[in-house]
Amino acid sequence: MNEDILKRVQANPKFAELVQKRSSLGWLLSIVMLAIYYGFILVLAFSPATLGASLSGGVTTVGIPVGIFIIVSAFVLTGIYVRKANTEFDQLNQQIVEEAKQ
Amino acid sequence: MKSWMKSAALGSLCLLPAFAMAAGALEGDVQKQATNWTAIIMFLLFVSGTLYITYWAARRTQSASDFYTGGGGITGFQNGLAIAGDYMSAASFLGISAMVFEKGYDGLIYSMGFLVGWPIILFLVAERLRNLGKFTFADVASYRLQQTPVRTFAATGTLVVVALYLIAQMVGAGKLIQLLFGLNYSTAVILVGVLMVMYVMFGGMLATTWVQIIKAVILLSGATFMAFMVMASVGFSPETLFQKATEVHAKGLAIMSPGKADPIDSISLGLALMFGTAGLPHILMRFFTVSNAKEARKSVFYATGFIGYFYILTFIIGFGAIVLVLNQPAFMETIVKDGKPLTQLLGGNNMAAIHLSHAVGGDLFYGFISAVAFATILAVVAGLTLSGASAVSHDLYASVIKKGKANEKDEMRVSKLTTLALGIIAIVLGLVFEKQNIAFMVGLAFSIAASANFPVLFLSMFWKGLTTRGAVIGGAIGLVSAVVMIILGPAVWVDVMGHAKGSAPFPYKNPALFSMSLAFFFTWLFSVLDTSKAAEEEKAKFDAQFVRSMTGIGASGASKH
Repeated sequence: MNEDILKRVQANPKFAELVQKRSSLGWLLSIVMLAIYYGFILVLAFSPATLGASLSGGVTTVGIPVGIFIIVSAFVLTGIYVRKANTEFDQLNQQIVEEAKQ
Repeated sequence: MKSWMKSAALGSLCLLPAFAMAAGALEGDVQKQATNWTAIIMFLLFVSGTLYITYWAARRTQSASDFYTGGGGITGFQNGLAIAGDYMSAASFLGISAMVFEKGYDGLIYSMGFLVGWPIILFLVAERLRNLGKFTFADVASYRLQQTPVRTFAATGTLVVVALYLIAQMVGAGKLIQLLFGLNYSTAVILVGVLMVMYVMFGGMLATTWVQIIKAVILLSGATFMAFMVMASVGFSPETLFQKATEVHAKGLAIMSPGKADPIDSISLGLALMFGTAGLPHILMRFFTVSNAKEARKSVFYATGFIGYFYILTFIIGFGAIVLVLNQPAFMETIVKDGKPLTQLLGGNNMAAIHLSHAVGGDLFYGFISAVAFATILAVVAGLTLSGASAVSHDLYASVIKKGKANEKDEMRVSKLTTLALGIIAIVLGLVFEKQNIAFMVGLAFSIAASANFPVLFLSMFWKGLTTRGAVIGGAIGLVSAVVMIILGPAVWVDVMGHAKGSAPFPYKNPALFSMSLAFFFTWLFSVLDTSKAAEEEKAKFDAQFVRSMTGIGASGASKH
């Protein structure tokens, strides 16, 4: 990458916008995922009985839907990010790249 | 006294690092079984199919880029399947279903840890990795730092992780094949070594990826069928499944709740699983096989979906095995362990999923699942070997020894020779470690990946202040501390060296919490203390790196395919 392109990209307000949007979504979703997982680990470590409680009177425990929820949430969170990135961020990125070449 | 010893033995058995079981090694003694012809024929079909693919791929593998990345033309969906394939090793299929079979809910907890690293990889690492790198993760780590020290460090991290993982897989393969096919341990290990060298040496990344994709599809289909049959047997009611399972399982209702776990160990394990995944060289390498950042993102999305789905299936399969296999005379045997008779699953608990396949699908399906289990090992070791070979030829030979001026033909020759050498080393180590307790190895591999590779990779992309000195010293401290803490911890000190239980100088099984923190701290410390001129230049290069990592301007694109 030559100096001109670098300077043009850095000066482009769209670049600042892209960085800001992408980073905040990335970190936000990471924190959500970490909070879900480590929240679960903490419950597991300090109050395992909560997860072992019966869900609705039967043998199925609260832990089962919670476990399924965590697995599904990982998939859903990646889906949210990919959707946002493949439409909004990529469009913005495309504009930045084209403007840098001019 | 005797009963005390018995309970101590039982206790240590329960504490067997389930982590390693879930991820890599198949544990416990196995007996050679009668030759299983259905399985052998199915396996031969798989081998001939994959060798044909290797032949096809070999004609398309001309350049170094073809060899390392399959030409960069793999789609996001295909790569997602291949990544999932790398992750769904035989041991995670048999090991996690065995854990569910043995402990119920705790098995699910492990699978969660393996899954939740993926979203983090996507949000923070995947796109930047694709935009900055070309063939190996060292490309990214050394992007603005000094090539020789950083690449030497990254290649060391890669080779250590690959070696540990390979040993675990080879020993697992030998034991599994004794059980499933009735072949000798050494025959099995040599067979795996020879096939993996052929895939990688002739077919490069293209063949390795397609072997992985095919395996992922057949493994997912087989597991889906098993889970479906299990659910059909209980009228598609999870409650009925759990009800029946708690009635027959020795632990009763306890299998529905989490067992006891040390909080520090749990958190440390969670960190190792989560960030270790983001530091595994054979996984990181897959991000360079797609054409751009968009496809890299899609790969993680698909991979997360497939892996999550697979773990839900293994959970159902584990419970299905409790209901349909446990206590069925046809699947049980009585062995003598430590002088005591012990009634267990035929061939041990790792056979839970295999026996279940027999129970729900008869001889033919049993043969099919056995063949799939073998195919799985083959596909995973091929990926590992390729990643080790890339570290030697691309990082050490082309960048460190030849200072980036290697001719492509020579680089290819080195990578092929390394593949051959790795194959021979893997066979030898597989034979040497046959009788050893290797339960700690995959745990160690994940801890090293999380403590050495990940901090350097992460900081190189996110922190302007990182310098060569900081990266190399901090990363090395992460690597050494992970190794030392594992050796001084219960997994090696007690289980391997045979010291008394509770005497381990380091009390935790999983060092990642500590070794990773040390790595981050010292990388930071030695970077800020580094006031050399070179350090100034390295920091100055961050802005250009950042723009490229964000926009992909200047990124190496897909080549001709």
